[in-house]
Amino acid sequence: MAALALERRGNGWRLQLNGDWSLAALANIEQELQTLTTPIDAPMVCDWSHAEAPGIGPVWALLTRLRDLNAGGFPVAHVREPYTLAFLQQLEVERHPGQGAKVNPSPAGIIGALGRWTLNQGVEARGAVGFFGRMVTVLGEAFTRPRALRVPSIVRHVYETGITAIPIVSLIAFLISVIVAYLGAQQLAKFGATIFVVDLLTISVLREMGVLLTAIIVAGRSGSAFAAEIGVMQLNEETDALRAMGLNPIEVLVLPRVLALIIALPLLTIIADAMGLAGGGLLSLINLHIPLPQFMNRLRESISPTTFWAGLVKAPVFAVLIGMVGTYRGMQVRESARELGRLTTVAVVQSIFMVILADALFAVLFMQIDF
Amino acid sequence: MSNETSSPIIRVHGLVNRFGAQVVHNGLDMEVRPGEIFGIVGGSGSGKSVLLRAILGLRRPDAGTVEMCGQDMLRLSRARRAALVRNYGVTFQNGALISSLTVAQNIQLPLREYFSFSEDTLNELAFLDLGLAGLPPDSADKYPAQLSGGMVKRAALARALSLEPKLLFLDEPTSGLDPISAAAFDELLLYLHSQLKLTVVMITHDLDSLFRTCNRVGVIVDGRMITDTLEGILQNPNPWIHDYFHGARARAVQKEDHG
Repeated sequence: MAALALERRGNGWRLQLNGDWSLAALANIEQELQTLTTPIDAPMVCDWSHAEAPGIGPVWALLTRLRDLNAGGFPVAHVREPYTLAFLQQLEVERHPGQGAKVNPSPAGIIGALGRWTLNQGVEARGAVGFFGRMVTVLGEAFTRPRALRVPSIVRHVYETGITAIPIVSLIAFLISVIVAYLGAQQLAKFGATIFVVDLLTISVLREMGVLLTAIIVAGRSGSAFAAEIGVMQLNEETDALRAMGLNPIEVLVLPRVLALIIALPLLTIIADAMGLAGGGLLSLINLHIPLPQFMNRLRESISPTTFWAGLVKAPVFAVLIGMVGTYRGMQVRESARELGRLTTVAVVQSIFMVILADALFAVLFMQIDF
Repeated sequence: MSNETSSPIIRVHGLVNRFGAQVVHNGLDMEVRPGEIFGIVGGSGSGKSVLLRAILGLRRPDAGTVEMCGQDMLRLSRARRAALVRNYGVTFQNGALISSLTVAQNIQLPLREYFSFSEDTLNELAFLDLGLAGLPPDSADKYPAQLSGGMVKRAALARALSLEPKLLFLDEPTSGLDPISAAAFDELLLYLHSQLKLTVVMITHDLDSLFRTCNRVGVIVDGRMITDTLEGILQNPNPWIHDYFHGARARAVQKEDHG
């Protein structure tokens, strides 16, 4: 049954409203209203006596449509009208039509978007440099005011980012070095140089893999945790509360995390190195039948005094990068839960990228200075 | 306004809620009749919000029954519950607007879920609901973080009204508002209540608001509810209730009202 029926009645119009007029029927009613195109050129009567359960949405739709059609302003009377009608009529008068909510803003031009993106990059870069500067300033202060170092907080973060990461770091370092040793041995066997698998293993684990794997795991574990933790504090205005109490969020939140990582990451790297060598040694023993004493001898011969340090020296640098990216992104969270998720993702992706970029720079540098 | 003979729209019987050893509700009874504005009052930690969550089915009580519109909330099938949800609107204490959506999108969220309206219709409905809640049209495109406290409360009300419910639950609708905004919210509530024939259940600490809007009041004392009209509750001899309604702050309000 049609929800509306318009008919000429003497000198005026009569609009009969039928059937379901609840919110659920609105889609249907709107369609019928759109087919109503006859301009109203005489007084009109709306008969609601056959409309069931009229909701405010449909009544509103009818009122706005009638206003469009009734350009001449002819009187419209209502019979058996719903109790909400008078209220909606008043609201309708207060709010002129055509002022409806526009949900989607018009899409910006592509050049405008490019311009905004470029400006944004500049602002971001400035923000990151400024953040680093503020952190260094606070660190400088800490030398004259040891309380600013917040040792209990550092200890807590060393535990959370370091100690609790030991199992996963050990496991991954162990497994990866087993894989490398196995693949390396297969290739070297072609030249009958299986024993050189020890050289391959020691140098790759100590110089690169130990520290790089550890840094990537820590970036995934702790970089995200830093960003999320500080981000939620931002949303709860906890950082504002700190500022209001005269505490510097950089000193209270950022510095302990970064310093904790600087302590924890080299220690984790040493564990990863040891586990990596252990994994390689085990594989050599079982699969390549190199006895452990021979493995140790070869190991000692293959490393130079700097091999171990070439890996370890990178750890604090990676720690600073991971800690800073995580906390910086956390401090950037504003306003919404979506921002929190986005910036946590950015923190992880960016800190892993920074770690690998820094590793590449280290590789070039070490080659140049023959380290 | 309230109709003494009609059957209650909400009936809570023998409700028990425990958190570990801590008993929050101990055999709480409550009835809300159609068309009234029912105020829930209680000290901090007396379990007002827990009661609301139990009524809404967000928390399973340790004992007792909750009936809404004659249906047992605890034994509803998923489909029946989904149908019932459309009969009531809720505003939470802090607004609970989805922060990644604009105000208009927040209002349209339940509409999109339950109906398949065109974008134009959705926009028109959002516009209407903003009007109902007394928000300016340009607030539609704003994000919750860009709104003032009073506007957040109104936007939450607009979202609660979007499914055209007959029953409205408000958790501290005027908390954190200045007296003028709070009074404006009270007037809006009274107006909507009379125009849309709503039944309202309101948790509040705001005595001004309570005296202005509520027909009946339920006070949670010692895990039970004492329900009475405003006049009746003012005469109640219970020491906590006496302190609550006759303390220094309450006296000031009543002087204004009756003096």
